[in-house]
Amino acid sequence: MLRLSIPVRQALSRLTLPVMLLASLGLILAGRADRHLGDMLRTGLDDALAPVYRAAAAPVAAIEQDRGALGSWFRLHAENLALTKQNEALQRWRAVALALAAQNAALKSQLHFVPTPTPNFFAARVIADLGGLYARSVLVTIPREAHDIVNAIAMDGRGVVGRVVQSGSRSARVLLITDLNSRVPVAIGRHGERAIMEGQNSATPRLIYWAPGDPPREGQIVLTSAVGGVFPYGLPVGIVRYKGRNDPVVVPFAGLTRLRVLRLFEYDTQSAAPADPPGNPSHP
Amino acid sequence: MDGVELWRGLDRAARHALPATSILIMVVVLGIPGLLPWQPACRAGFVVASVFFWTLYRPASLPAPVVALLGVLLDLLGASPLGMWAALLLIEQAGIAAVRRSLVAQGFPLVWLAFAGVVLAVAAAEYATRSLLDLAILPPGPIITQAIIAILLYPLLAVVLIRAHRGAAAPEQA
Repeated sequence: MLRLSIPVRQALSRLTLPVMLLASLGLILAGRADRHLGDMLRTGLDDALAPVYRAAAAPVAAIEQDRGALGSWFRLHAENLALTKQNEALQRWRAVALALAAQNAALKSQLHFVPTPTPNFFAARVIADLGGLYARSVLVTIPREAHDIVNAIAMDGRGVVGRVVQSGSRSARVLLITDLNSRVPVAIGRHGERAIMEGQNSATPRLIYWAPGDPPREGQIVLTSAVGGVFPYGLPVGIVRYKGRNDPVVVPFAGLTRLRVLRLFEYDTQSAAPADPPGNPSHP
Repeated sequence: MDGVELWRGLDRAARHALPATSILIMVVVLGIPGLLPWQPACRAGFVVASVFFWTLYRPASLPAPVVALLGVLLDLLGASPLGMWAALLLIEQAGIAAVRRSLVAQGFPLVWLAFAGVVLAVAAAEYATRSLLDLAILPPGPIITQAIIAILLYPLLAVVLIRAHRGAAAPEQA
């Protein structure tokens, strides 16, 4: 080993911190100049950590289920009442849905409607919640044989959750619709009025760029729109709610705070327009 | 080298590595979904508090290159601009090193107050960096939440860390 005199060693140790600081500032600039550098490192780290997170997720889920079992003893009666009530409401909706399905089938047969092809999809488990202060994203495991699934649409049982922005060999990052960088073209209400849903880092994304003459109305349904070519038309997103005058937001159907399993849909993006949606961090 | 010497050397190395390893493990563990509310804020707050504590009481165990690496890890996991946390943590370390001699002899309330000052300075720097890199005025709410969590976290963490400082992380006891 190299033997250094004490003053030299002291000078070296005093220099470490400034040198490291300069290196970090250089890294910030490098990351700023080349976004792919950060994406590449992040994908590598996500892939490396995916097995660790997958192993850790199982015991956590077990504890949660135990707590659920214990807690449900105390809430059993209230839960039963709520479920009965919900069941009644659902029975009514079932009748409505059956009637509408019949009507829909009849109308389609009159129109010679060509059904859209069913997209490829697979279920993926959420293994890590790696959002930051200004980033809402989750890490999911993907099957080994999956190819590049960037831009696949993630949904939970109820509605759109987000879009895959990074995909490695065994993990993928899903950018949630609540992220500051998320912009989703949507269609509002029965007539499909166009607007953009902008993530706000809060629970409810905001609607922007709607037609001033025809503002979204409270309670209207918000669906995805095919504008931009990433999302297909008609996936359920949420309900319009007004937070203030001229400030419509979307209350998402998806349970974004407690995501466990997502379905990732791969729509055929070859036929769609190649235009990048705004705010896609992986393709500036 | 005989066996006893070897074991003592290993023991000393493990004690030296404890601060950095504990931070590393906690940063990864706090990525598991559904452990705590405001988990990203807790993760950053934990790292800021740990770097403060170890730089103050055992600076040799947390050298600058290690702090920089932990910062990069935090950036990669937390989707913040690459290198931002590395720079912030190093600035924090430099600031503490400057006042270390006078601060280390003080009682807990004054140290906590100093920590609150450090957290506010780091939060301001983080907000400025992020806004500058994004070329946008970001909502300040999340940063304020993170700062408050870090300040409230410190006494809880200090109970554990002081114990580790006197026991498991003390190379002189090896």
